[in-house]
Amino acid sequence: MKNPLIELNNISFQYYGQEHKALNDVSLTINKGEWVALIGHNGSGKSTLAKTINGLISPESGEIKVNGELLTEENIWDIRKMVGMVFQNPDNQFVGSTVEDDVAFGLENQGIPRDEMIVRVNNALERVRMSDFKIKEPARLSGGQKQRVAIAGVIALAPDVIILDEATSMLDPQGRQDVIETIRALKEETNLTVISITHDIDEAAYANRVLVMKQGEIIHEGTPEEIFSHGEALIGMGLDIPFPEKLKASLRKKGIDVPNEYLTREGMVEWLWTYGLRK
Amino acid sequence: MMNKLILGRYIPGDSLVHRMDPRAKLLASFYFIGIIFICNNFLSFGVMFAFTLFCIWLSQIKLSFFLKGVKPLLWLILFTVGLQILFTRGGHVYFEWGWISISQFGLVNGFFIFTRFVLIIFMSTLLTLTTPPLSLSDAIEYLLRPLEKVKFPAHEISLMLSIALRFVPTLMDETEKIMNAQRARGVDFGEGNLMDKMKAIVPLLIPLFVSSFNRAEELAIAMEARGYRGGEGRTKYRVLNWDKTDTLAMLSFVILTIVLVLVRN
Repeated sequence: MKNPLIELNNISFQYYGQEHKALNDVSLTINKGEWVALIGHNGSGKSTLAKTINGLISPESGEIKVNGELLTEENIWDIRKMVGMVFQNPDNQFVGSTVEDDVAFGLENQGIPRDEMIVRVNNALERVRMSDFKIKEPARLSGGQKQRVAIAGVIALAPDVIILDEATSMLDPQGRQDVIETIRALKEETNLTVISITHDIDEAAYANRVLVMKQGEIIHEGTPEEIFSHGEALIGMGLDIPFPEKLKASLRKKGIDVPNEYLTREGMVEWLWTYGLRK
Repeated sequence: MMNKLILGRYIPGDSLVHRMDPRAKLLASFYFIGIIFICNNFLSFGVMFAFTLFCIWLSQIKLSFFLKGVKPLLWLILFTVGLQILFTRGGHVYFEWGWISISQFGLVNGFFIFTRFVLIIFMSTLLTLTTPPLSLSDAIEYLLRPLEKVKFPAHEISLMLSIALRFVPTLMDETEKIMNAQRARGVDFGEGNLMDKMKAIVPLLIPLFVSSFNRAEELAIAMEARGYRGGEGRTKYRVLNWDKTDTLAMLSFVILTIVLVLVRN
């Protein structure tokens, strides 16, 4: 059953002093419980699109509906409660002076009583496995830990949607994996809707749907398998090529006839070990 | 360079002074600075000195930390003391040359000023060594809150203060990175004459400025995305607890004041 949570209708936006439109007549529907990955080159309008959803940027034309409600000046703060956002730079979104203060920041803004705040802060930190770091200062945390705290700050607010705006792009592979796993586990528990803007192939692979943006427009849309089968063209879309695709390309060069459709790591192994038999 | 500064550093601990309410400590420190001007003879300075040492003993922090805190200010102190000695007249004169004279009053005054300086530095060092910056900014917010009635932006100031404190280590790291990056490109910091030194600061300062603007913008967006819309209707996660020790500490200051008034000339 389709259950549209976010609807964007014909959104256009142009930054002041820029020649091209950052968003050009974009329409998009995201359903409840869906994981959508937005990919595309720098400057393709991904972040701008994400920021329109919770009203950080108001589009020049078009309308935005979150949970059936039209985004307006009056309900912007209610909609921000529904849409949590994690940004790219782990340092620049850490408002609190310690981990627990940072997680509590959003709750303080909503005027939630202190007793309930303590419970929610503890739960959120538990979820992202950062309870031991409660009274630590940001200067003593790694990038991945800071990003997990940022996620805790968002989930303490219990939003319906989490937008990850390149939230893993400044992390090392381990930190990246940790953050993605945290989000994945959270999504399974709470039927969260996730919109992730990313250049990371593994992160895109978790999505139910991948949208490719170019110059403010959505140019491709499909499951990760469909998108990944573009092979070399993926680099042009701002994504890395998945390892099985790289392997296929090398094998093709050696004159080996590989299947055209996308194969996961396991699929590739499967295909490889049966390759000899098929001949 | 920055590590030498003791004043403004915090040393974690669990002493009586550490556990005190930051509001009490802040008020007490200011009060101490006020009443040190009541002292005007050796006995009253002796009382103050003993009291300060007692406070330091209570904090269980080594005295050497406090001495290090005085060190960067030593020249300023000696300069003031020197002026006092040279230009105060009265009492027995030990040495005279032109308009300069070293007299009994001068020496006594110089000694008093020296003690006053040292005690004030000891007390403020004690405050910052035993109180995390965060609690201090909480305390400042609390103490400024009555001023909100006259439209004083107490919430904004305390938010600024806590964000500033939180970004100090982050910006220090960045400064170091930019310095090293510019060094790798051939900039010499701290070499040459004053003009050269000042010119060398520019490639450090401008990138730092620009990145601060970027940080400020990103932080503002992140705060807004998390529903921040000013001080109104906000609840607070941190609370300050005023308990019996704090009242006792305040009482001890009252007693100290009475003693000082009694022993002064």
